[in-house]
Amino acid sequence: MAELLTLSEAITELVHDGDSVALEGFTHLIPFAAGHELIRRRLTDLELIRMTPDIVYDQLIGVGAARKLVFSYGGNPGVGSLHRFRDAIENSWPRPVEIEEHSHAGMANRYQAGASDLPFGLLRGYRGTDLADHTQVAFIDCPFTGETLAAVPALRPDVAVIHAQEADRAGNVQLWGIPGVQKEAVLAAKRTLATVERIVDELEPRAGGVVIPSWVLDAVALAPGGSRPSYSLDVTERDNPFYKQWDVISRDRASFSTWIDEHVHAAVRA
Amino acid sequence: MSAATAEETQTVVAARRLERARSVFIGVGRPSTAAILARLVHNPDLVLVYESGTIGAKPFHIPLSIGDGELAKTADLVVSVPEMFNYWIGAGRVEVAFLGAAQVDRFANLNSTVIGDYDHPTTRLPGAGGAPEIAAGCSEVVVIAPHNARTLVERLDFVTTVGYGDGPGSRERLGFRGGGPSALITDLGVLEPDPRTCELTLTATLEGVAVEEVVAKTGWDLKVSERLATVEPPREDELSALRELLAR
Repeated sequence: MAELLTLSEAITELVHDGDSVALEGFTHLIPFAAGHELIRRRLTDLELIRMTPDIVYDQLIGVGAARKLVFSYGGNPGVGSLHRFRDAIENSWPRPVEIEEHSHAGMANRYQAGASDLPFGLLRGYRGTDLADHTQVAFIDCPFTGETLAAVPALRPDVAVIHAQEADRAGNVQLWGIPGVQKEAVLAAKRTLATVERIVDELEPRAGGVVIPSWVLDAVALAPGGSRPSYSLDVTERDNPFYKQWDVISRDRASFSTWIDEHVHAAVRA
Repeated sequence: MSAATAEETQTVVAARRLERARSVFIGVGRPSTAAILARLVHNPDLVLVYESGTIGAKPFHIPLSIGDGELAKTADLVVSVPEMFNYWIGAGRVEVAFLGAAQVDRFANLNSTVIGDYDHPTTRLPGAGGAPEIAAGCSEVVVIAPHNARTLVERLDFVTTVGYGDGPGSRERLGFRGGGPSALITDLGVLEPDPRTCELTLTATLEGVAVEEVVAKTGWDLKVSERLATVEPPREDELSALRELLAR
């Protein structure tokens, strides 16, 4: 059963330096508050897993929290580059980051295999691309039809963190809107945390709602606004102007570091 | 109304490709603008599919990201990422795909991964995203890119997404089920694959654009179709709808 903890308690209890950590949320419901708590822990040796690193991993990479990054699309959606991600790969600043990249279809099937406790995911993909020579993929023949298919190893993160609109007092969680790959990430991970906008007496069924029962979660933490500048459908709006501002803030190492000091380290959370 | 810019014409030309399409898979930027324009002007029943999982989205505004709230709110259905790639894209249920890229070669293969060497890139680009499987699985791919010799190159620094591979027969050998790229739409004209060689060939130029300019701005030895056409300039209804959309 999930314990109701503060965000600070939950991160301390669940995440240890050296862990592989997946903060999922596909454009929507990105767990920024949890990402900022990880920055405040000043961890330096994480393997960060996420389909779309987005601003949240740009920030973690920029402070040097990541030893390795596993991903499939490292851009600022609709804006352009993630400058801290680029600086780390192009110039090893502030430290070299090992990368393992896939396509979205590959990552989705890796999570699904992890959630299913299968050793690998299966798809039509990677063939003919240069990515096949630079990542973990193998080609196998279908035992029934002989078709050649791509096998990608299951993802089993040490920790998965997601953000959702609400939880009840027993720690059952519900999210709705774009569901991304969060259910798969939670079921694939060894330890799991959901941050939520609010805690309610009873979950109300929602159209397209995804319910994650308390008994597959380790912790639930209240974090209102915890997905900003991403959003939580029906609760907060995506802060598109901030995604554009980030292009300016993050372009320069000094202005990035100042922003982190002022907006992450100086921000006190109970 | 002032005359259309080359970029506006490019968007209008891309939108016309969707006049009879049932569904289109789109990323953000000009492809998304073109597809929304197609719904407004040509094809109100066109199903817009964004990789965030929103199928049948009907955005009033051009979204900044593929996961903006308006897409989820207006979609016919919203699915998870594994479902999107396995049931809808992998299974070939989406008809047309609009893709962009940093580099395109003569066989419409695309690079969106790195400029330079993979391990020591001069420019690290975002990476594959959904493009490789989208290009393999959708029935038809339309590539939209700016026309210059840095983008239309002789040789890609990295093959992120396969168009026609190294020419005729490549897609069949790789087991791809979709038909492959049907056009590269640029701000100078339209390039289409030669049915025999699969090589992108100049089939139309924008009004006032000289063939020599297009050839000079193409990184490979560009072949020109014997039936070279001039792109019909944006009609007033197309252009006013585009400008109204961009101003929303």
